[in-house]
Amino acid sequence: MPLSASLTALLPEYVLTLTGVLIMLIEAVLKPGTSRKPLGWLAIAGTTVTGILSFYQLHLGVLTAFSGSIQVDAFSIFFHLLIGSVVVATLLGSLDYFESNAGEYYALVLFGAVGMMLMTCSVELLMVFVGLEISSISTYILAGFRKGEGTAVESSIKYFLLGSFATAFFLYGIALAYGATGSTSIAGISAGLGSSATPRMAFLALAMMLIGLGFKVSAAPFHLWTPDVYQGAPAPVVGLMSTAPKAAAFAVLLRVTFCGFPPLMQHRWSMLLWGLAALSMTIGNLGALKQTNVKRMLAYSSIAHAGYLLVAFSALAPAGIAAACFYALSYAAMNVGAFAVVTQAGGYKETLRSFEDYRGLAIRRPVLGFLLAFLLLSLVGIPFTGGFFGKFYVFSAAIQAGHVWLAIIGLINSGVACYYYLRLLSSVYTKPVESASVATFDPTPVVSVPAGIGLALAAAATLMLGIMPGHVLHLANYASSSLRITSAQVPPSAPFTSVTPLTNQPK
Amino acid sequence: MNIDPIILTLIVFFPLAGALLLALLPDRGRTMQWAALAVTLVTLGLTLHLPFHYSYASPAGSFQFEQNVPWISAPAIRYHLGVDGLSMWLMVLTGLLAPLGVLISWRAVDSRKKLFYVLFLLQQVAMMGIFASLDMFLYYAFWEMSLVPMTLLIATFGRSEYRRRAAIKYFLYAFIPSALLLVAMLWLYAQTGTFDLPKLAALAAGNAISPNTTALWLASLGFLVAFSVKVPVFPLHGWLVDAIAEAPTAAVMVLAGKTALYSMMRFSLAIFPEQSHRVAPLMIALAAIGIVYGGLLALVQHDLKKLAAYSTLGQLSFIVLGIFSFTVAGLDGGIYQILNESLAGAAFFMLLGLLYERYGSYDMRQYGGLAQKLPWVVTMFVLVSLSIIGLPMLNSFVGEFLILSGSMQSGFAHHHLWTAVAATGVILSAAYMLRMIQRVFYCELGTKSQAVTAWDLDAREHLALWPMVALFLTMGVASPLWMRAIDSFGAAAASRLASVQCTAPTETPSLPTTSGGVH
Repeated sequence: MPLSASLTALLPEYVLTLTGVLIMLIEAVLKPGTSRKPLGWLAIAGTTVTGILSFYQLHLGVLTAFSGSIQVDAFSIFFHLLIGSVVVATLLGSLDYFESNAGEYYALVLFGAVGMMLMTCSVELLMVFVGLEISSISTYILAGFRKGEGTAVESSIKYFLLGSFATAFFLYGIALAYGATGSTSIAGISAGLGSSATPRMAFLALAMMLIGLGFKVSAAPFHLWTPDVYQGAPAPVVGLMSTAPKAAAFAVLLRVTFCGFPPLMQHRWSMLLWGLAALSMTIGNLGALKQTNVKRMLAYSSIAHAGYLLVAFSALAPAGIAAACFYALSYAAMNVGAFAVVTQAGGYKETLRSFEDYRGLAIRRPVLGFLLAFLLLSLVGIPFTGGFFGKFYVFSAAIQAGHVWLAIIGLINSGVACYYYLRLLSSVYTKPVESASVATFDPTPVVSVPAGIGLALAAAATLMLGIMPGHVLHLANYASSSLRITSAQVPPSAPFTSVTPLTNQPK
Repeated sequence: MNIDPIILTLIVFFPLAGALLLALLPDRGRTMQWAALAVTLVTLGLTLHLPFHYSYASPAGSFQFEQNVPWISAPAIRYHLGVDGLSMWLMVLTGLLAPLGVLISWRAVDSRKKLFYVLFLLQQVAMMGIFASLDMFLYYAFWEMSLVPMTLLIATFGRSEYRRRAAIKYFLYAFIPSALLLVAMLWLYAQTGTFDLPKLAALAAGNAISPNTTALWLASLGFLVAFSVKVPVFPLHGWLVDAIAEAPTAAVMVLAGKTALYSMMRFSLAIFPEQSHRVAPLMIALAAIGIVYGGLLALVQHDLKKLAAYSTLGQLSFIVLGIFSFTVAGLDGGIYQILNESLAGAAFFMLLGLLYERYGSYDMRQYGGLAQKLPWVVTMFVLVSLSIIGLPMLNSFVGEFLILSGSMQSGFAHHHLWTAVAATGVILSAAYMLRMIQRVFYCELGTKSQAVTAWDLDAREHLALWPMVALFLTMGVASPLWMRAIDSFGAAAASRLASVQCTAPTETPSLPTTSGGVH
């Protein structure tokens, strides 16, 4: 059945938007007090259909629509699938989480996902900006969804204020780029950069965009909002917003970095990202060391992980993109899982906050404790988990590109990171202090079936990525090869199989 | 049925299947102990397949029971397992220590048994994997994985409130150098395009890894430091005493030494022969210092576990000395001594565990006069001590003799001096072991030994200890049984290293500062 290109290309987004609107409408006619769970299932069904449609698009080759502002290629589909899976896992985990207003919640999650998906398939920066705004506004609201909690308001306001500031930077960057190169599409900017009369302004424009995106991925030094926002936001929402919007922002950054630069400017840009990566890893890990609140610790850890992912940006094109895609996926799996455990352990009231509260979790709730342990080990990067292969690919891509020192900084950082993950892990497996134990726990510590499925999916994905990364890596390589790479340093053969001699010797 | 091609996979993953089984079984009564014992005994049976079907006729330097299938296509990672004279007996040793560990924990671990035995079995999986892997990536995966169960065992089942600190210290000490090892490994891959150890060793023998000598140096240090921390070699032993003092007996038995010493011989010497040559004088010096340092500190300890920890440091340093002498005798003796040290050390820790189970203390000053009360325990203690001291007819004598004679023959600067220093370690070990025996078992009755009435060895403990004693004697008088396989590796390694020495360029480029102090 031949459909018009603009319909086929954005079919997943349409389905998701329609599901969201439908949920809003049904929510309005439902009596107060009736269960909102069916709406949740509807949202899950809609997202699943979206995922299937995205996967189907894989067979259609590269689709362009809306005068070339949308480009659906394997790269965008990879991120569509990633975002879709994160949304499904989050929705499964929050079915029994919210008691009221859940209809809005499901709709907002879906709208946010539409925005993120748009970001990944736009090659026109204004379109990226629209996607960014859609996703940001939904996450601003979601961050404050535990109404009545002081920290929730703080979280939402802080995220909103700083977030709008950052998106303003992004918009300003687009405007400057238009001034310098006469175009707002990535390909146009790429072409214009080479012949631009004002190369400095063009570079400044891109650096401003980097600020906006750096905020979204919480890379240092644009990370200050992260711990406060994560602490106040509902745990399932943090699981979502620490992974999916970041992945979308990374996708944009990947497109800009590897498609937007003529070789001439590549070097300066990659030095900038080099610094950002080293700084994020170090600040994230050092900041996490002294945290006592688990959500804050995970917030700093997500800053550090953004840093690890940025390492891939300093690598050579196809290997670096594939490594970044793989890392984004494995990070999403383990972080969504970790926050799903936090959700289940603490419940809506978040009774478990500090490391001390987690003491003895493995004794009272052995399965939950084990899953947390496994996901934490994946965050550390222990073999046979997704986190290990993620780090492995990222750092081997960096080393192949000659950035041995960045790899050393990163791996020393992952050593530092062990300390705080292990502190939580050993808390989970230590006996609780006798007096304080019983009162702080929910009387009915039962994980509901959908939440259990969501958690199991995240853990299974983490494990599969750690044992058989081949298929996903293949997909990541395919995704990276679908980008039109402008960088000149492309090695001739497929990533990882090629052997490029080091140009920079470690000194 | 010919199980030779899959035997190594069976050995590595049978304990994993056992761990899953244990996780599913109910933790009631003695179920956990019996199940763990059954799993470890079957694993031991499987490892015994190796020596019985080992082909001594095959050329030196080749691997047997190989299994080599692709695992991940890009980067080229293969599931490549195999053993040779170096790893075969180490696998059997690991197989043997596991059931003994279960027997000795039978009563000592009485709560959260499921967690304990699952972690214990996972630890065994990792160690078996380390010994069997010939793909460097696979090896690294097991190497990192081995940290986790051990850290959790220390953190959860340690004896005092410092256990979490000791666990994290152990983990950080081991993990950070491993991260550098990973960088070195990835760099090697970027240079050669392979993780396969035999291929890398062949490239190294032809000097074909990289023309960049500085980078090679740094990579070789990455390997060596990661292994040295884990052994531990003298200045890097900060974690050892705390970890040993805290860890439960069954975990201590497999904590230090063998995996890292194995890795030095397997990877450092094979991939970086020339760099190993350059760094050998430093390692010999550090080993000799470690022997004396460990011995002297063991002499002044009151805590039995700390005494054992420093004694372990000294014993392990002996092995390092042997390995870095690069002579056939030194390498053979080193490998043989890994077996001896593991057995004697394990037996020693088992006995200390027994005492602790009975009296609840590791403080030597609270004991005294136990000889009349616990005749079997004292017999075992004396036998184990004699083995550690290195009495002729017992196993360690063979190993220590070979090591010292090997290091006397080695061609490195000041080797006579360092060997002489190392030889004093034999005297020191006699001094601290005999002092310990005297303080604990003779003298007048101490506070603990007076206050607590204890039972002598029971049947289960006899069962755990007698195989050890039998092995001490057999390995002392019939060493060729083991030496045949070991020597095939030792001789090949020594000749390979010697040939590198001959082909190495005569002019010495300036060395990094780390090895400068020795020259």
